Amino acid sequence: MEWANAVVQGLLLGGLYALLAAGLSLMFGVMRLVNLAHGALAIVAAYLGYVLVQNTGLPPFATIIVVIPVMAALGWVLQSTLLNTALNKQALAPILVTFGLAVILQNLMLQLFTADYRSIQVGDLAGASIQITPEIAIGVFPLITFIVGVIVIAALQQYLARTKTGRAMRATSDDREAATLMGIDNKRIYALATAIALAIVGVAGIFIGIKTQFNAYSGDTYLIFAFEAVIIGGLGSLWGTLAGGMILGVATTVGAQLFPSSGTLLADLVFLAILAFLPTGLFPKVVNG
Amino acid sequence: MALLEVESIDVFYGDFQAIYGISLSVDEGETLAVIGANGAGKSTLLKTIAGLSRPSAGDVRFDGTSIATLPPHKRVPLGIALTPEGRRMFPSMTIEENLLVGAHKSRPGPWNLESVYATFPLLSDRRSRLANNASGGEQQAAAIGRALMCNPRLLLLDEVSLGLAPVVVEQIYASLPTITAQGTTVLVVEQDVMHALRVADRVQCLLEGRTVLEGTPAELTRDQIATAYFGI
Amino acid sequence: MSLALSDNTAGHRAQVHRSTRASLVGLVVAVIVVVSLAYGPFAFLTKGNQQNLTTLFIYIILGTMWNLLAGYAGMVSIGQQAFIGIGAYGIVYASDILGLGLWIGLALALVISGIVAYLVSFLAFRLSGGYFAIGTWVIAEVIYLLTTQINTLGAGAGISFTAFRGYKPEIRIAVVYWIALAAVVVAVAVTYLLLRSRLGAGFTAVRDDATAAATLGVNVTRSRRIAWVVAAMGCGLAGTLLAMTTLNVQPGSVFKIQWTAFMIFIVIIGGVGTIEGPIIGAIVFYALERYIGDVGFWYLVILGIIAIAMVLFLPKGLWGLISGNGRLRLFPTGYRLTSPLPTPIANGTPDSREGESS
Ligand SMILES: Nc1ncnc2c1ncn2[C@@H]1O[C@H](COP(=O)(O)OP(=O)(O)O)[C@@H](O)[C@H]1O
Ligand SMILES: [Mg+2]
Repeated sequence: MEWANAVVQGLLLGGLYALLAAGLSLMFGVMRLVNLAHGALAIVAAYLGYVLVQNTGLPPFATIIVVIPVMAALGWVLQSTLLNTALNKQALAPILVTFGLAVILQNLMLQLFTADYRSIQVGDLAGASIQITPEIAIGVFPLITFIVGVIVIAALQQYLARTKTGRAMRATSDDREAATLMGIDNKRIYALATAIALAIVGVAGIFIGIKTQFNAYSGDTYLIFAFEAVIIGGLGSLWGTLAGGMILGVATTVGAQLFPSSGTLLADLVFLAILAFLPTGLFPKVVNG
Repeated sequence: MALLEVESIDVFYGDFQAIYGISLSVDEGETLAVIGANGAGKSTLLKTIAGLSRPSAGDVRFDGTSIATLPPHKRVPLGIALTPEGRRMFPSMTIEENLLVGAHKSRPGPWNLESVYATFPLLSDRRSRLANNASGGEQQAAAIGRALMCNPRLLLLDEVSLGLAPVVVEQIYASLPTITAQGTTVLVVEQDVMHALRVADRVQCLLEGRTVLEGTPAELTRDQIATAYFGI
Repeated sequence: MSLALSDNTAGHRAQVHRSTRASLVGLVVAVIVVVSLAYGPFAFLTKGNQQNLTTLFIYIILGTMWNLLAGYAGMVSIGQQAFIGIGAYGIVYASDILGLGLWIGLALALVISGIVAYLVSFLAFRLSGGYFAIGTWVIAEVIYLLTTQINTLGAGAGISFTAFRGYKPEIRIAVVYWIALAAVVVAVAVTYLLLRSRLGAGFTAVRDDATAAATLGVNVTRSRRIAWVVAAMGCGLAGTLLAMTTLNVQPGSVFKIQWTAFMIFIVIIGGVGTIEGPIIGAIVFYALERYIGDVGFWYLVILGIIAIAMVLFLPKGLWGLISGNGRLRLFPTGYRLTSPLPTPIANGTPDSREGESS
C-alpha cells in the first residue's frame, strides 16, 4: 500500500505546485513575462519565514502575516522599476533580466545562509496524519497545503472574473493598447499582478520551508515544477494548473519510489510526454489570466 | 469655445511622416467628420488625440489645456474616448465585461449598462457572449458602447462602417443621434463619405497627411469632395 | 512588441555592403592572432598560459553558440549544458569505451550532440519565449538524470577520460590547446559563414519579426532548427574540450546550469547579435573570473547586476560601445534589418525609437 499512499501524498502535494504555478501563470498571462526568478523568490520567502520563526518565535503559519505583505511589496517594487523597464526594451530583455535576478538572489542567499539546508519547524504537525483505511493515512500538513492551494486558486479565479481590477488585468492581457484607451494604467496593473503573484509565491515559500529542507539552490526545482504544472494544465487555465500540479505531485511521489536517486525524473518525463502528445495541455485556455 | 483644438501637428512613425501640420477644432456638442482615402492619416490623427501617438510638433488642447504629452490612460478621465479602428474588443471577455472595462475610469453621466443596451438593442441578448464569438456588427456596437461607458465629452469613432454589411452600418449610424443628443461631441473618421456627410455638422478632408478641404456638408459639392478625396 | 517588416526593406537588405575596409583589416588581424597563438607553445606560452587560454577558448565557443541562438535566431535557451554534457560523455564513450580513439571520438561526440538536439527540438519548439527557455532546461535535466542512470557511463560518480594516457603532460596540454584553438576558429567561422549565407538572412528576419519573416517566405522553424542544432554541436565541442582538460567527466559538473549562465553573461557583456561581441565578452568574463572570482558568491551577484544593467542600458554590450553602435564591423554578417517602423508603446510613453537593428 506504499503506492496508494504515494499517490494520495502526491495529489495533496499538487496544492503546493499549483500555488507556485499560479504566480508564474498570472505574470505570464497579464504581461507575457516568464519570470525565471520565480523559484528563487519562493526560497526568499522560505528564508523569510525561517528567520521570523527563529528570531521572533512567531508560529510557522503565522509568518504568513508578514511574508505576504513583504513579498507583495517586493513584487510591486520589482515590477515598477526593473521589470517594466525591461518590458520596454528589446524582446529578450525580460527573460535575461529575470535570469540575472535569479542569479543575484540565489547567490545573495548563499552568502547570507550558506549552502546548509534549513527548514521551518512545525513540531508534531509534521508527522501528524489521519488514518483513512488501515493502509492509507493522510498527512495533516499535506492536507493543509492542498486546501490552501485550492482556496488561493479559487480566490484568484474569482478576483480575475468578478472584480474591477481583475477585469482590467484580463483586458490588459488581451490587448494592452486597447486597455489604455479604457483609462487603464498598465504599469499599475503590471505592478499589481506581480505583487499578487509574489504574495502567492510567499505562501508557497512558507509551505516549501515547512515541507522540506531547502537551501538557496532549491528554487531551481520549484521554478521547473511551477512551469511544468502550467504547461500540463494548459496555459491560462487556473483550475488546469491545479490539475497539472496534482499530476506532477503524483509523478514526484511515485517517481521517488521508482528512481530514488533521481526523484524528479519521472515528473519531468510525464511533463515531456504531455508536451509531446497534448501540447496545449489538459485544459486548453478557457479564461485569460 | 472649442472643446478640442489640434494645432498644426506633425506625426511620425519612425522616419515616415504620416501627418503634416494638420489643424482642426471641434466645438462642444458638434459632430465633425474627417474623411479621406486609405492611408490619408485619419487613424493617426485620432490616435494622436487619444494619446497613442505623440506629435513631434504642434499641440493638442482639450477644454483649453494642452494634453499633448499625457498618456492615453490619463486622457480618459478628462472625457476623451476612442473607438479604435478594427474595434479591438477584448476577445476573451464577454460583451458585458467589455462594456464594464469601458467604465474603468467612468465620469458621471447618462451612460451605463442599461442605457447602452437601450441604445444598441442588438447587444442586450448578447451580453454573455464572448466578444471573440460575436458578429462584426455586435462587436462594433459593443466597441462604441464600451467607449460610451466612461461618459466621454469627446467621442472619437474610427471607421465604424469598416467590414460591416450595409444594414448593420445603417443600424449603427442610426444610434448616433441618441449619442449626440446627450451633448457628446463626436469626431467620426470614415472612408465611407456618404455616411459621414449625413451625420456631420462639418467635414474635413485629408489627403496624404494634409487637410485639403473643409466645410459644411451643405456648402461642399460632390465634385469638390471627390477631387479632394482622391487628389485628382 | 513586434516590428513590422515591410517588403521594401527586406528586398533591399541583401544589397547592404558587407565587405568594408575594417573587415579586411579584421581578417588580417584575426589570421595574425591565430597564427601566433598556434605558434605560441613553441615560443612564448607556458603550460599554465596554454591551460588558461584553453579555458578562454571554451568560453568563446560557448558564447558564440549562445549568441547564435539568442542573438540571431531569437531563442533564449537555458539548457545548453545538456549538449556540453553530451559532448563530454560522448567523447569518453566513443574514444574510450568503444575504443575509437581521440579523433573519431571527437567527431562522433559532435554528431551525437547534433542528433540529440535535432530530436529534442521537436519537443522544445512547441514552446516559445520564456517557456521555451525553461523547457530547454527541463530537457537538460532529463538528459542529466538519465545519464546518471547509465552504469557504463559511471552513473552518478562520473568517468575518466583515458584517450590521452601515455602522453607526457606538456604534450597533452599543448595538443588540447591546439585542438581548442582550432575549435574556436571552426566555431566562429561556421557561425560567420552561416550568418552570411541565405540562412543568415532568415535568422535575422526570424529574430526581428518571426511573423513577418514567415510571410516573406522564410521557413521560420527550419531556420530555428538549424541554429539550434549547430549551437548544440558547438556546445558539444566545448564539452569534449572540457573532458580533455579535466580528464574526468562528472555529471554534476558538465551538466550544471552555470555553464549556460556563463554563456549568457559572456554574450550580454560582449554584445548580443554580433560575431565580435561574444569574443570580447569571453575575454572580459574570463578576466573577471580570474581577478574577482575569489570573492566567492559575491562574484556572481556582481555579474548578475552587471548583466541586468547591460541588458537595460547597454543592450549592444561592450562591442557596441567599441564599435560605435555597430558602425565598425570586423566580421560583417550583413543583412542588417533596420526597421523603419516605430515600436508603439502603449503604456503612456509612446516614443519613436528606431527598431532594433542587428
Ligand atoms: N504603425 C505604423 N507604422 C508605420 N506607418 C504607419 C503605421 N500606421 C500607419 N502608418 C502609415 O501612416 C499613414 C497614415 O495611416 P493611417 O493614419 O492609418 O491612415 P488612414 O487611417 O487614413 O487609413 C499610412 O501611410 C500608413 O501606412
Ligand atoms: Mg484608418
